[in-house]
Amino acid sequence: MRFIRKTHYAQDINLFRHRGDVFWYGLLVALLLVAPAGLDRFYLGEFAQVFIYAIAGIGLMLLVGFTGLVSLGHAAFLAVGAYTHAYLMNLGVPLPVALACATVFSAVIGGLVGIPALRMTGIYLAVATLAFAVIVEQVLTHWVSVTGGFRGMAVARAELFGMDLGRPAPFYYLCLLVLIGCMFAAMNLLRSPTGRAMVAVRDSETSAQSMGIHINRTKGLAFAVSAAFTGLAGGLFAHRIGYLAPDAFTLLTSIQLLLMVVVGGLGSLHGVVFGAIFIGLLPQGIAIFRDVVPPAVAQLPGLEPGIFGLILIGFLIYEPLGIYGRWLKIRLFFEEFPLYRKATHKRQKSFLKTERLR
Amino acid sequence: MEVLQLLISGISQGCVYGLIALGFVLIYKATEMVNFAQGDVMMLGAFVAVSFVNLLDLPFVWGVLATLMVMGLVGALLERLLLRPMIGEPHFAVLMLTIGLGFLLRALAGAIWGNEPRALETPYAGEVLRLGAVVLGYENVVIMLGTVVLCTLLFLFFRFTRLGIAMQAASQNQLAAYYVGIPVKRIYSLVWALSALIAGFAGVLTAPVSLIDPLMGFVGIKAFAAAIVGGFGSLPGAILGGLLVGVVEQFAGLYLPTGFSDVSAYVLLLVMLMIRPQGLFATMQRKKV
Repeated sequence: MRFIRKTHYAQDINLFRHRGDVFWYGLLVALLLVAPAGLDRFYLGEFAQVFIYAIAGIGLMLLVGFTGLVSLGHAAFLAVGAYTHAYLMNLGVPLPVALACATVFSAVIGGLVGIPALRMTGIYLAVATLAFAVIVEQVLTHWVSVTGGFRGMAVARAELFGMDLGRPAPFYYLCLLVLIGCMFAAMNLLRSPTGRAMVAVRDSETSAQSMGIHINRTKGLAFAVSAAFTGLAGGLFAHRIGYLAPDAFTLLTSIQLLLMVVVGGLGSLHGVVFGAIFIGLLPQGIAIFRDVVPPAVAQLPGLEPGIFGLILIGFLIYEPLGIYGRWLKIRLFFEEFPLYRKATHKRQKSFLKTERLR
Repeated sequence: MEVLQLLISGISQGCVYGLIALGFVLIYKATEMVNFAQGDVMMLGAFVAVSFVNLLDLPFVWGVLATLMVMGLVGALLERLLLRPMIGEPHFAVLMLTIGLGFLLRALAGAIWGNEPRALETPYAGEVLRLGAVVLGYENVVIMLGTVVLCTLLFLFFRFTRLGIAMQAASQNQLAAYYVGIPVKRIYSLVWALSALIAGFAGVLTAPVSLIDPLMGFVGIKAFAAAIVGGFGSLPGAILGGLLVGVVEQFAGLYLPTGFSDVSAYVLLLVMLMIRPQGLFATMQRKKV
């Protein structure tokens, strides 16, 4: 077990807690950088998909995990980013500019959605965002001149400085680079006063307000930032699937994003990555599962969503802190090896916290 | 005449929304949990009815009664197994849990009954009632009558029976209800049973109008919008919200370009949330700092 000797207040908000962190994360990045040499095309594509999920997940985590606002409509921001990016790319705008425009446009939309959302809390907000997502889906279907309607629209080939980014390896690097950038941005945001204000709003609006935090501004900003990250992921997602149609951005997508955040572990950036790996590799896992079980079970219609539901319920009842929470527990077990006490993580008996005043 | 015809078909569709919304509100009022799987419980009810009436050849009325019994049991079981461990967890966690439950029920129904749409055999299907120039399908008449009867029964139940009054008490203040000797946990189970029963009833009523398949539960989202329009937590509000959504949807389908009919419920919801966030019948107050 490591004890950190603190000699400076600024140490509390360091990006890395100690040298060990720097070493391990550096090793991880190095491994990811050399990975394309040893992986085949299929897995490169899957990894890129995981990175894209993680970028969208950072956005959703900032909103749900750190600001405490639930959104059931994040697929809409993904769609806004994807369509904006594809539309600009098809007009011949260079990739970085189109990606930046998609990000900014999503942020603006997110801010606009955030304004009415400021008056709502809890389930009202969740349902309002859901309504927004359904409306966006209909707009995508019926605004044929821009989105191509049901037929969808093809996405122009990704090119940067004459380099073809459509091939698996360069696209993998592009996604990795954007993900690392987003991670740093989110980490920096969370140690700044703005990020701290978000966490304060999540924990108690009353005490946050009495400490002088402007609640509405913080919430609105959280919405905009969250939408920006998700829109950026949408831009990359457009290249990943190559052909945009409204059925890629349904309620199911929103729930999948939310599932990622919950299963990974609410309130931690590690959780985003764990969740993204989980969601990205789950279809593969289910495919393997289908091969193992008898055909009568494997042929069942709707097996995949059913397994989704089962996993979600299992996590919520038995491990509400998600994969990251479980990892922390395992780590603590080894750190304190012979002295681990079972009661350390015993959940406190909790009672219904009412939201009603009457 | 066209307007009247639309109005009536809107009301009959709205009754179904209203009944599902009633299930949402009942559970929310009593347990402060949001059951997002209410539409899927309705779907399950319709399938159970199909099993009893079509496959087991029970007479229609007995089949429906058996369905309601089974659904009540299912509701109580769901509460005991899945929702009881979640008491005290954040609302968001419960919401996610019921979303997962919806996925599970859909997969289960698909596995048991298959994904092809089915129709419930009813003694009244296909007949029409003519009132002047207005033509009414019997199934629509039955939906409206069934809703009225159910609402009356519910009103009497909450007003005059011991159990109904105990449920009201538990929904107003759980701690106080517990102190005066009401078994709050058992009340929770019963409320879930009641709400699943209502959803099953809605499933049976809507079955002749829309075909039964595992995805019919998505109606639940519109019903949820209806519940919020009516003011989440008010029983008459839920029915009224349902009617409003149903009628608006019908008129939007005729007078507005395509696509508006599908989103009209959500537009109505957003407008409502902006103008009057507490809904038509307010039961909640804004927390002030």
